[in-house]
Amino acid sequence: MTSAASRARPGLGLLKPAVFSASLLPLAWLFWRIAANDLGPDPAQELAIATGEWTLRLLLITLSLTPLRQLSGRPEFVRVRRMAGLFTLFYAAIHFFVWMSLLLAFRWSAIGEELVERPFISMGFASLLILIALGITSTRAMVRRMGKNWKRLHRLIYPAAILGVIHLSWILRTDLGEAVLYGSILTLLLGYRLWRWLTRSA
Amino acid sequence: MLIKKPSDIQPSEITPESVYRRRREFLRDSAALLAGGAMLPPLAFGQQGDALKAAAPPGLTRTPPATWWEDKFETIAPAPSEEPFYTAESLTPYQDVTRYNNFYEFGMDKSDPSNRSSAFQTDPWSIEISGEVAKPGTYHLEDILKPHDLEERVYRLRCVEAWSMVIPWIGFPLADMIRRFEPTSRAQYVEFETIIQPDTMPGIRSPFAIVDWPYREGLRMDEAMNELTFMAVGLYGSFLPAQNGAPIRLVVPWKYGFKSIKSIVRMHFRETRPNTTWNDLQANEYGFYANVNPAVHHPRWRQDTERRLPQTLFSRQIIPTRLFNGYEEQVAHMYQDMDLARHY
Ligand code: HEM
Repeated sequence: MTSAASRARPGLGLLKPAVFSASLLPLAWLFWRIAANDLGPDPAQELAIATGEWTLRLLLITLSLTPLRQLSGRPEFVRVRRMAGLFTLFYAAIHFFVWMSLLLAFRWSAIGEELVERPFISMGFASLLILIALGITSTRAMVRRMGKNWKRLHRLIYPAAILGVIHLSWILRTDLGEAVLYGSILTLLLGYRLWRWLTRSA
Repeated sequence: MLIKKPSDIQPSEITPESVYRRRREFLRDSAALLAGGAMLPPLAFGQQGDALKAAAPPGLTRTPPATWWEDKFETIAPAPSEEPFYTAESLTPYQDVTRYNNFYEFGMDKSDPSNRSSAFQTDPWSIEISGEVAKPGTYHLEDILKPHDLEERVYRLRCVEAWSMVIPWIGFPLADMIRRFEPTSRAQYVEFETIIQPDTMPGIRSPFAIVDWPYREGLRMDEAMNELTFMAVGLYGSFLPAQNGAPIRLVVPWKYGFKSIKSIVRMHFRETRPNTTWNDLQANEYGFYANVNPAVHHPRWRQDTERRLPQTLFSRQIIPTRLFNGYEEQVAHMYQDMDLARHY
């Protein structure tokens, strides 16, 4: 489908602004909770948890767009994929910043130690590094310049998501319910791809 | 109902509230009162010379688990004004002490224990005393408390998750209680168990829980007999809320909070070291001793500093953590020959 034809579809001009605004809602909600003093006695920890959860949710949403497009036949899903990926990076960056500033108070030696000595932090950091690499190479020019390698590089989104779920499961202490939930969704999304790949090459 | 409306408060419950308070707390409570629209007459602040250091805000007093509790709380010896049974550091407000809790039987979020514990039953309550003691048996809580005069202690509480609070507890020394059951010479350790109440504890019912309930903790006998070790039945001059471990819990201020087991139903005296819940779950993360130590990091949390609660984003108190949570003088002798990095 040409882009001229897609522009002609009613409502499509609103798609991106709508998704853009929706992606900012969790952040707006956090600002509201800050303003309303609703984060409880340990707001730094609360913000770390909330931004971490939204990073993982957006990552899973991003991963669901290609299957949704394939199952529904609607191209709109893929049109917002890059934006969803960049918002994932955006929330991951806030999550990281909250940790550096509010939890570790910019004590650089402590930050360095934590990144290598706490396994759950290392997992999150590895995931963040992947997201940054994907973000930097997400421009149209990069897609063109990198050709086949672009696709290869961007498959790193799968390990990024897996690392995110491992990061989460190592944080949980007595009940793995949350990790099971996110892990199942991720398994479904990756399983779908595996199934398509197997049935296609067969 | 957990929290009483001011109109429900019995005079006997108000007694511990007519006490000395610092101005800051008075202002905060006044604000809470105004917010609630309550029209209680101003209480006689600073009237009694021998009053408690802190009291629950009017209107937030707990319902006693049974009527005999009210008599028990009539007379409470206030905390002295010096360390170690008292600290002049700012108290963590009642609302935060009772709404920010780890009590995984009720759920994993800090707000779960206060939000999901309203059905928790604390009466009747008994504790089974067993093992290496001359007087084993299952004792009703009223009988356990009877000979003990309640006293107030203001202790720091340091969680392994690197946050901390300052809490005015009401209770009595564990050593006094243990002596009554006459431990034999073979009693080297005491093991504690939390109640299991599946009907009222949603965390226990979760299919994804990885804990083998009941929650278990333990102390070496000399730790249990230390003057700091405390059995708490109240806080802020009032009865313990469910989320803080009602009706009776341990407080071991020089150890990470998870050692201070809540809602105790069993104490077993034994010769060998007991298994403890966190140690069973992750032995490389949670040791048996769990002494607060800024130099020994936990695999998940560094321990050199702590977030003193409450915080706001604009006034964050991140303070250095002290060896044995600042109680070194009272407890260090018990660990003299031990490598604290190995026996964490
Ligand atoms: C350097 C990068 C990262 C650091 C330093 C970091 C650190 C943290 C910290 C300190 C917490 C709070 C832990 C606690 O409750 O004790 C947290 C929670 C969380 N993080 Fe990260 N994180 C990083 C990257 C990521 C990434 C990339 C994701 C997602 C893909 C993620 C997902 C989460 C989630 C879902 C939680 C919430 C856990 C809960 O529900 O309690 N994190 N992270």
